[in-house]
Amino acid sequence: MRGMLIALSLLAALGAPIPLTAQTADADRYAYSELPDPAQEAKAHDLMEELRCLVCQGQSIVDSDADMAADMRALVRERIANGEAPEAVRDWLIERYGDYVTYDPPLGWATAPLWFAPFLLLGAGVWLATRSFRRRRR
Amino acid sequence: MRHWLLWAPLLVFAGIVALVAMEMHQPSDRTVFSHMVGRDLPRFDLAPLLDDKPGINAALYRRGKPRLVNIFASWCVPCAAEAPQLADLAARGVPIDAVAVRDTPGDVRTFLNRWGDPYARLGSDPKGRVQLALGSSGVPETFVIDGQGKIVEQHVGPIREEDIPGILKALEDAR
Repeated sequence: MRGMLIALSLLAALGAPIPLTAQTADADRYAYSELPDPAQEAKAHDLMEELRCLVCQGQSIVDSDADMAADMRALVRERIANGEAPEAVRDWLIERYGDYVTYDPPLGWATAPLWFAPFLLLGAGVWLATRSFRRRRR
Repeated sequence: MRHWLLWAPLLVFAGIVALVAMEMHQPSDRTVFSHMVGRDLPRFDLAPLLDDKPGINAALYRRGKPRLVNIFASWCVPCAAEAPQLADLAARGVPIDAVAVRDTPGDVRTFLNRWGDPYARLGSDPKGRVQLALGSSGVPETFVIDGQGKIVEQHVGPIREEDIPGILKALEDAR
């Protein structure tokens, strides 16, 4: 009888955490777990890799353990699971946080030098080189 | 040969040194401001967290009177630091609504009992969705909303004593 009671209480103790974990799993849904559809998960992952964690700032939301990054991951996965395009989710966040939220900022006045300076410098180099070669040949 | 061209690389280098020297004297500001300032509040509806305080929804902010939306959490230390200033604003008749981020009723109750309760309403934002929708990047943050539901100002970080006149002025201007 006593043994059975112990066994029963053990069972109850083992059984008790189950609803608890189920509850936390639901709260963290998509923050720490992947989408069931691998194609959607791949899309979500690509987007999350280029989104900045706003409270840690040096990390993407994929790499960050911050609560806010978890919220952002859940938001991205949920929206993509609902059939939204990654660009739409990205635009929604840019609308709120500016280009700063993405590590892949669009071309604009502030980012234009980053894109065009290499070509300008290369052009200047070619110009300098041809000039000095020509001079030497003379 | 144009001799002045010889000096160009040195000038560019001197420019870079000057830039670096200047930046060293003023640490860069990493505050992320919301781009929602100047725009209408997004639609939202937050359930109450405490029995004796109603939740909040976007319709509340179209009734002609400006209000403050304070994003806070019981687990946030600077939120306790701004409690006296929020109490001051509440005492001046400013309606303050709270968005409690990732919080529980017990923790919020303890927090309000300890630091005072300046809130007219308190809505629960368990997954930080409203925080994200407002373009807020941390706790505490305070938004000034005019009577037509437009976000007119954002205060990032705890409200200090010297911030109160600015917030009162923003509320006055939003009338």
